[in-house]
Amino acid sequence: MKNIYFDNAATSWPKPPEMIDAMNRYNETIGGNPGRSGHHLSVEAARIIFETRELTAQLFNIDDPFQLIFTRNATEALNQVIFGMMKNDHHVITSGMEHNSVMRPLRYLEQNGLKVTVVPCFQDGSIDPREIEKSICSHTKMIIMTHASNVTGTIMPVKEVGHIAASHDIPFCVDAAQSAGSIPIDVEDMNISLLAFTGHKSLYGPQGTGGLYIKKGLENDLVPRMMGGTGSRSEFETQPDFMPDRFESGTPNAIGLAGLGASARFILNQGIDGIRSTELTLTTMFLDKARDIPGLRLYGPRKADLCTPVVSFTIDGISSSGVSQILDEKFSILSRPGLHCAPSAHRSINTLPGGTVRFSFGHFNTTDEISYATDAVTKIASGTIKGDAV
Amino acid sequence: MMSLQSYCVVLFKSVSHAMRAEKILKNDKIPFKIIPVPKSISSECGVCIRFTPEYKEDIEAVLNGTVEYSDIRELH
Ligand SMILES: Cc1ncc(COP(=O)(O)O)c(C=O)c1O
Repeated sequence: MKNIYFDNAATSWPKPPEMIDAMNRYNETIGGNPGRSGHHLSVEAARIIFETRELTAQLFNIDDPFQLIFTRNATEALNQVIFGMMKNDHHVITSGMEHNSVMRPLRYLEQNGLKVTVVPCFQDGSIDPREIEKSICSHTKMIIMTHASNVTGTIMPVKEVGHIAASHDIPFCVDAAQSAGSIPIDVEDMNISLLAFTGHKSLYGPQGTGGLYIKKGLENDLVPRMMGGTGSRSEFETQPDFMPDRFESGTPNAIGLAGLGASARFILNQGIDGIRSTELTLTTMFLDKARDIPGLRLYGPRKADLCTPVVSFTIDGISSSGVSQILDEKFSILSRPGLHCAPSAHRSINTLPGGTVRFSFGHFNTTDEISYATDAVTKIASGTIKGDAV
Repeated sequence: MMSLQSYCVVLFKSVSHAMRAEKILKNDKIPFKIIPVPKSISSECGVCIRFTPEYKEDIEAVLNGTVEYSDIRELH
């Protein structure tokens, strides 16, 4: 049976053929250590990374591509921000919809004295920006918030919060793991000072790629999490202080970045609006059908234009993992059950400890797949199809 | 005896800067090539841009204000 892949919020799949071609080409014909050695294959590798930097910067309206550094994923970028900037006597504000890649570093530093305010969210995952503003005090050194929840897809009011942060002169860090490539991001218009993204989700790039945008000047307030060889200033035993080398030590994932560049080009060619409209069609179709399925409960905004193409649901009487297992075994529909690395978000939407089943759609899904899936879910909810014991 | 022609190099603090300069110079159709930084020069990053002295002013004009570079040196 053909796989119906509804787990794009974990990692998008399949990938654009251009990405696979770019990675094959890198492996077969380039392969040098980017810029370290000076021979032409080394220079070609550096050239590819430079191009990827320009293309990704373009996606987010980043004026100077050198303000964008590459990391392994969003988690590494978020850790760079949190550990690199927060001191024990600081105060940080975040939302009740965060992923553990934000919550775990914050909770760890909280033990050393960092003050953390988690602004509660409504049951659909949304937040009132005024509550964020009310939490600001003289020690507040950062507001950090996800752009879209990986549990409900809820799109957070990034522009409003960015405006608040800027008017109080507080750096604003956005976790764009779920939004980059799927909804428009403009770091200038949204007053974003730090933007963490990952390559393998809605940017349709390979795993092991991601990055962080750092607003010009803010790099001086950020201690690098990693130091080492950069191919620059090799005679000095101190870390370079300039971008991007300050934050890019060690041999990068050049083959991955070759792929990410091709994926970024794919997104620029399709246009985020084009991608968004495909995804809106799929999400709307699912929500319209799911609303009428007896025994199925939907979480989140339940309106496609308020979320990324992510839906969370439960079926009465069956655990989320049970539902996902039946979907996989009987229908080849691949979903993700449980807590999605975001217990805080599940607390907000009131689905602890059982979690939800998450469907996350992508550019390569079709309306036929949505119909097939709603039929499958209907059969599971009505008890017509049950899981096997073994 | 072969006379060695003198040439110039632009030095950069990082490979990323060199790549940015390369892209700009390519657009401007100024002849140059990327070479490893000659060992006689204490290194900035590993690569630099080599060109013939008659283009010195053109190169400065193109790079100033667009890419940060550390130095332009004439070598013999
Ligand atoms: C909202 C959110 N933030 C951060 C991450 C972390 O992304 P990555 O695993 O690529 O570091 C994810 C995905 O796992 C996510 O959904």
